[in-house]
Amino acid sequence: MKTLALTVAAVLMASAALAAPVKVGIAAEPYPPFASPDAGGTWVGWEVDMIGAVCKAAEMECEIVPVAWDGIIPALTAGQIDAIMASMSITEERLQTIDFSDKYYNTPTVIVGPKDMAMTATPEGLAGKILGVQVSTVHEAYAQKHFAGSAAEIKVYQTQDEANQDLVAGRIDAVQADSIALDAFLATEAGAACCALKGAVADDPAVLGLGVGVGLRKGEEDLKAKFNAGIAKVLEDGTYEAVSKPYFASSIYGG
Amino acid sequence: MTGFCQPHRIIMALVALALIGWSATTLRWDWVPDYAGLAALGLWRTIWLLVLSAALGLMLAIPLGLAQAAGPWWLAAPARGFCTVIRGTPLLLQLWLLYYGLGSLFPSIPWIRNSDLWPLLRHAWPYGLLTLTLSFAGYEGEVLRGAFRGVPKGQLEAARAMGMPRLTLLRRIWLPQALHRALPTLGGETVLQLKATPLVATITVVDIYAVASRVRQDTFITYEPLLLLAVIYMAITGLIVLLFRWLEGRIPSRVA
Amino acid sequence: MTALAGAAASTLDLLQLAPPGWGGNLLRGLANSVLIAAGAFGLGLGLGTLGAFGKLYGGPVLRDLLAVYTTVVRAVPELVLILILYYAVTDSVNQILLAFGYERIQISGLAAGIAVLGVVQGAYATEVLRGAIQSVPVGQIEAARAMGMPPGLLARRVTLPLMLANALPGLANLWLIATKDTALLAVVGFAELTQQTRQAAGATKAYFTFFMAAGLLYLLLSILSTWGFARLERRARRGLPEVRG
Repeated sequence: MKTLALTVAAVLMASAALAAPVKVGIAAEPYPPFASPDAGGTWVGWEVDMIGAVCKAAEMECEIVPVAWDGIIPALTAGQIDAIMASMSITEERLQTIDFSDKYYNTPTVIVGPKDMAMTATPEGLAGKILGVQVSTVHEAYAQKHFAGSAAEIKVYQTQDEANQDLVAGRIDAVQADSIALDAFLATEAGAACCALKGAVADDPAVLGLGVGVGLRKGEEDLKAKFNAGIAKVLEDGTYEAVSKPYFASSIYGG
Repeated sequence: MTGFCQPHRIIMALVALALIGWSATTLRWDWVPDYAGLAALGLWRTIWLLVLSAALGLMLAIPLGLAQAAGPWWLAAPARGFCTVIRGTPLLLQLWLLYYGLGSLFPSIPWIRNSDLWPLLRHAWPYGLLTLTLSFAGYEGEVLRGAFRGVPKGQLEAARAMGMPRLTLLRRIWLPQALHRALPTLGGETVLQLKATPLVATITVVDIYAVASRVRQDTFITYEPLLLLAVIYMAITGLIVLLFRWLEGRIPSRVA
Repeated sequence: MTALAGAAASTLDLLQLAPPGWGGNLLRGLANSVLIAAGAFGLGLGLGTLGAFGKLYGGPVLRDLLAVYTTVVRAVPELVLILILYYAVTDSVNQILLAFGYERIQISGLAAGIAVLGVVQGAYATEVLRGAIQSVPVGQIEAARAMGMPPGLLARRVTLPLMLANALPGLANLWLIATKDTALLAVVGFAELTQQTRQAAGATKAYFTFFMAAGLLYLLLSILSTWGFARLERRARRGLPEVRG
C-alpha cells in the first residue's frame, strides 16, 4: 500500500515537473463568433485566435480546454484549468471568488425579439414578455435584477444557441446577450428571417461588469502579470486589429 | 448479532453525527433562507413530474406489455420496437430531440402557432413530462411483458371456461396478477425515474436540481448546494421505498 | 417531391464524415463515449468484485460501509453525483498535493469521467456480483474442497465459471447503463457523443437531424452489445443445468 502511494506520488510529481502548458478554459457550448467548434472538431473564432495571440505575446504555451460554461469557475478553482478566456465579464460578484486580468474586449448588451413584435430594451418594454438568457452570465444577472419584475418569465438556457433556437421556434419573445453574439445570430438565415434588434439595455456596471477579462485563480500573480503583459502587447503592436479584422467591422475593445 | 445496535454501528452513527455537525458549522449555509421559497417550488415540480410521469407511463406500459406478451405480431412488433428504442438511447438525448428537435421544426409549420395547443407547446414542462412518461413506459413495458407471461395459464383457462368475457378476464384476473408480480420492480423503477427527473433542468424546467444550479451560479458556492440536493434526493428515495413496502404489505400475496 | 429529395441530400451533406459534414465529429464522440463506458465498466467491475466479496465475507464495519456506499449511489441522481465527484475529486486531489508541497496536477476530462461513472457502476456491480456469487450452489464448492482443491484453483475452476453465467445478464444491463450514462457527461462539457451532437446541432441549426442520427448510433451500440452479451451468456451456460425463471 505504501509503495503504491509512493509510486502514485512519483507519477504525479513527474507529470507536474514537465513544463505543463497553461490550460485555457473556453466554454464547451458554441458561442459564435467568439468560439465554436467547426465540422472538423477544432475550435475557431475571434476569442480562440485571441488566446493564441495573447499566449504568443506573453511567451506562454497554451492549451485550449473546453469546459461546461456553468461549471467553468469551479473547474478553475478545482484546478482543471488555469485560466478562463470565455467572454467572461469582470464583475464584483465574480471577483469575490476569482481574479481577472485587464479587460480584452467590451461590448454593449442588447435585446433581440421577433420582427413583428413591438418591444424595447426597458423593463416597461418587456412587460409580459418571456425573456431568454444564458445561464450564469451577466445577462442572466441583469435580467433577474431589472426585468424579473415586469417580464412574464425569465427562462435560463445552458447555451446561447439554445435560447436563440427557442426564439426562432417562438417559445420565447426575446433574448438578451452580448451585441456581437446576437449580431452573428441575426446574420444567420433563421435569425434574419424571424428577428430584429430591439435596442441596447441601460448600462449597470455593477452587474454587467467592466468588460471581458481573463479569469484566474486568486493569488496567481505571476500568471496574471503574464496575461496582462500579453494583452498590452497585442493591443500595442497591431496584432489585436489584425486578429479582429476578419470578424468585426470595427474594434470591439470598447471604452 | 442481528440487533441493529451493535457497538460498531453506534460508533459509525457518532462519526456520521460528527460529520453532519462539522458540515453544519464549517460549510456555508447562509444562502439557504434566500432560496427556500424557490426550492419549495422546485421540489414540488420535481415531485409532480415524478408522480405524473410514473402514473401515465404505467398506464401506457400496460398495453405495451400486453401487446408483447399476447398480442398479434402487428401489435407485438411495434411495441417491442418502441421498448428497444427507448431502452437503447440515453434519456438526455430523447429529451433534447423532443424539445429542441421538434422546436426547430415549428417555424416551418405555421399552423402550429395558430392552434389552441400552442400556449401549451410554448412551455418546456410538457416536453419533460412526455419524455419521462415515454421512458417509464418503455422500461416498465418490458417488465410487464414478463409479468403478463408469468401469470399461470391455468388461471386464465379456468376463467375462460367459466365463460368470463375477455375484458373482465383482463380486468379481474390477468392484470391484477401481472401488476402484483411487477410490484417489486415497480418500486425500483420509480426510484430510477426520480433520478432521471433532474435532466429536465437542461430544457429550462425549474425543478429542485435547477434551483441548486441557480444557487451555485449566483453564489459561486460549489459543494454545499449539491450536498443538500443529494440529501433531498435520498430523502425522497427513502419515502418511495417505504411507500412501496407499505403497498406490498397491503396487497395479499395469496395469488402467487 | 424535389423538395423532399433536396432535404434528403442536405441531410446527407450534414452527416458526411469529412468536413464540412459533421459525421466525423459524431463518430469521434461515439468513440469517446465507448472509451469512457468501457473504462467505467471495467472500474465498476473491479470495485464491484471488491464490494461483493466485502459484503459477503467482510467484517461488520466493512459491510456497513459498503451498504452506505451502494445505498447512497443508488438513491442520488447520477447527474448530481457526477457534478459532486467531478469537482470534489479533482479539487481534493489537488488540495492534498498542495498540502504535501507538490504542484497541482491536471486531471483530464476523460480520467475524471471514467472515475466518476466507475464509482457509480461499482455500486450496482456490487449487488449484481453478490447475487451471482450467492447463487453458486454450496454443494459444488464443498465438493471441490473435499477433493482437496486449493482456494485459488477453486475460485478459478469452480466459483468464477459458475458465477459468470448468473452474473452476465446483470452485467450486460450495467454495460448498457454505462453507455447511456456517458451522455450525462455532456452536462460537464465532455466531448462525448451527446455533447458533439449538441454542438453540431447548434452550429447548423439542424437539431432534429443530428439528434436522430445520434439516437441511431446509440441504438446500434445497444443492439450490438445486447447481441454480444447474449452470445457470451450462451457460451458461459454451456454444460450448466438449464435454469427456469
